[in-house]
Order: sequence, then C-alpha cells, then structure tokens
Amino acid sequence: MPVVMDADRIGRSLARIAHEILERNKGIDDLALIGVRSRGVPLAKRLARHIKEITGDDVPTGSLDITLYRDDLMKHAVGPQPVVRRTEIPFSIDGRKILLVDDVLYTGRTTRAALDALIDFGRPKAIQLIVLVDRGHRELPIKADYVGKNLPTALDESVQVRLQEIDDRDEVVVEQGGAA
Amino acid sequence: MSLQELDTRPAVTALRRKDLLGIADLSPEEIALVLDTAVAMKEVGSRPIKKVPALRGKTVVNLFFEPSTRTRTSFEIAEKRLSADTLSVAIGTSSVVKGETLADTALNLEAMSPDMIVLRHSSSGACHLLSRICRSAIVNAGDGTNEHPTQALLDALTIRERKGRLKGLKVAIVGDLLHSRVLRSNIHLLTKMGADVWVCGPPTLVPAEMKRFGVQVTSHVDEAVADADVVMLLRLQLERMEGAYFPSQREYFQVFGMTEARLRLAKPDVMIMHPGPMNRGVEIASEVADGPFSVILDQVANGVAVRMAVLYLLAGGAEHEEAA
Repeated sequence: MPVVMDADRIGRSLARIAHEILERNKGIDDLALIGVRSRGVPLAKRLARHIKEITGDDVPTGSLDITLYRDDLMKHAVGPQPVVRRTEIPFSIDGRKILLVDDVLYTGRTTRAALDALIDFGRPKAIQLIVLVDRGHRELPIKADYVGKNLPTALDESVQVRLQEIDDRDEVVVEQGGAA
Repeated sequence: MSLQELDTRPAVTALRRKDLLGIADLSPEEIALVLDTAVAMKEVGSRPIKKVPALRGKTVVNLFFEPSTRTRTSFEIAEKRLSADTLSVAIGTSSVVKGETLADTALNLEAMSPDMIVLRHSSSGACHLLSRICRSAIVNAGDGTNEHPTQALLDALTIRERKGRLKGLKVAIVGDLLHSRVLRSNIHLLTKMGADVWVCGPPTLVPAEMKRFGVQVTSHVDEAVADADVVMLLRLQLERMEGAYFPSQREYFQVFGMTEARLRLAKPDVMIMHPGPMNRGVEIASEVADGPFSVILDQVANGVAVRMAVLYLLAGGAEHEEAA
C-alpha cells in the first residue's frame, strides 16, 4: 500500500495550485470555489485559505453533492441508493468563474455529473477543474485545469485520498484490487 | 449545521424494502436515513431550477381513492422535482365508478409498467394488498385508519428542524384518535425515536388498544398540554363518524379546542402542528393556527422534501448487497 503523497506533498501541491489559480485568472475577481462532496469540500476550503494568505481576500466557497446527477443511479435493476447529502452554494454562480474541486479525476463521470448539477444553478462565466490526483483512464472528454499530481495507475488499483478533516490524516495511497 | 456534521455517515445507507407501507415496519435508523435524505432534498426546492435527474425515466402513478389536496399535490411536486414521469388517477373519472375492484385497477395499471404506485385508499390494508400483487413499489399515502407514513415523516422533519432532536420531547396529540391514520404513524415514529408521547381526546374517540402503543392516554387536555414541546392537533373526521361521538362541535371546542389560554400551559417555545385540513374553531382556534407557535405551513413545505426522499430511497429496490 504505497503512500504516493504525504501531508507535506499535499500541502505543497495545494499552495502551488493556489498560485496557479491567481496567475491564470489575474486575481480573484468573480472567482468562487465549489468542492464536490465529500473530499472536494475540505480541499476547496484549504485552497480558499491559501488564496486568502496570498491576496488577503476571501473567495466564496460552496459544496456540491452530485448523487442525484449520477449516470449510474438507476442502472442497476436493484441496488442501494447512494446517500444524498446537502448541496450548499450560498452565492449566485451567474457570471462567476467557478473553480470546481475534486479529490481524484478518474473516468470523468463524477465531473460530468458535477457540470450538469452546476449548470442547474445558473450560468457561470467559466468552469475550471481542480483535482488533487489525476489517475487517468478517462471515459469522457474531460480534462483538469489544475492537477496536484498525475498518477499513472492500473485499472485494478484504487486511489484513496485521506484528508485530516474527514479521515484524521493527510495522505494519498494506491491500493491493489477493488473499484475506486 | 456544519459541513463536517453532515459528512458523518448515517447508521444505515439504504431502505432495503420494495414498499413504504407504514412506519411500523421501519427501524429508527431507517427513519433517520429518510429524514437526513429529506434535508438534502429540501435544498433542491430552493434552487432556481427545482429539478434533479435522479428518477429520470421512472413512471409513478398516483392512485387516489379519497379526496386529497395536500398529499396528492405534494407527491406530484416531489415526483416532478426528481424528474419522474407522473400521472394522477382521479377516482371520480376512473373505471372504479363502473365497479372495478382495487386489485383489478392496480393490475391493469401495472400492465403498463409503472415503477411506483402511490396509493390513498379508504380501507386499512389496501396498500398491503397491492404490495403483495404488484411488482411496482407501493407508497402508502394514507390507508383507512391504519397509517399515513409520509405525514409522520414530515412531522418528524419539522420537529427535528426546530428542536434539533426527537428524543425526550413531550409531544401531545389531541383530537379524533379513533379515525386517525396520522396518529398511528406518528405514534410509531415518535415512540421509536424516543419521544414522550401523550394522546388526548374524548373517551368516545379513544381506541381501546391505545395504551399498548407505549403512550400516555388522558381525557384531560390540560394534562396532555402541560410542559409539552409539541402540540399536534388532529382533525375531527366527521365524514367517518356515523354515531354521536360528542354532543356538538362547539362543545368539543370548549373542552378540547386549542386556544391561546390553554397553550400557556405548554413550554414557552412550543410548536403547534396540524396535518390539515383544519377545522378552525373546532380543534384549533384561528389565533393559534395563525399564531407565532404554528408551524403548520412548514409541515406542508417539508412534505415535498420527505416525499422526494422516500421516492428516491425506494427506487433502489429491496434486495442488494452493500456497495463499496
């Protein structure tokens, strides 16, 4: 069970991404961070803290639950329904540049669902995708704008992102077997 | 509520059942799951586009054999917000008036492959009958004097929103206990979740078996209301009464009606609830119904969220393994 990112590495990647966000968007005007539940949410908050440290300004931050938009929701004749959690976007996304944050980019299906969900909230000026780990194996034409670490993986491996806020420690590990 | 709190995993993550026939069959963990899911569903109703694709391609038939405004509208809105295809069969214009039995009506509808049937019927057990003969998921929207599970769930959601819990609260339920399916569902739910339930009504409208449900029974409304956290009024179901259960509606109001004076016996932050439709000046005074303690319209708003949660969770079906 190799640890591919430890706490320091995760911290440095997020700090670097925060700088990249500011460089590419020439400041924080109209920016908002939206984390995809569950682990995208603490990542979005950490990025907001980094941006505040650099610029002194707050970026609005929200959280998005994509369960009701999943494309595999009703595919199984019988199957347990995934638990639905609250979406909290306490600001209008109209005309804003939305920075969508997730922990792992894999098939791209979660991102597809998140894009559909976001569009139901309004018409953002642009959506940029931030992921901590890109493990490849895309099934949809989706690409991240900011990547913490590109991690080539085999299909039978799974990538686990653990974050202090949810799992009591920061690490990214690759595990053998089991679907991610 | 913080994000972290919401990220704690519920004790159960699925309703492992085909139908929702009553609260009697549900575990406390399943009840909590429905309420937690309803909290998430409520947010959908506050969006500019109040619709999610979760039940896309599912067909839901609302089969109502009794008049209903609130419940039927609420189910229809819930179904549409989840993107299900819905149709409502109004019984006055259906083949039932030509003498078709409930089972035949259901089997004919089922031949058109709906995924769910929401049933309201005047006979207790009608949903259980359909559950046995139909492949579709059956959702009980009120059967006779048996149960009205989604009403109890929306009541629980409303209480939990205000009080943060159900456990340990004193809930007084006052009114026509004999004919009330809302009462039966609420007793099951509230006792399972650890509330202290008091029921009160004229002795002629108190069923004999009431004590068996683990509730306090009294005919003295002041005793029921004293220090109550929640006072829930039940409608006098005059349409179900064939005998003389009490002298007059006016006398009923004198003895059992919820007035501002009587309400002062309850806790200072008491909640007043009524499942509707209300008989103003019979079981509840207008100034109480429209007063600051009334959450009657919050109940209606929460009904949509609870029904979305139930429909979503039941769409998972009954038999499956836990997902990773």
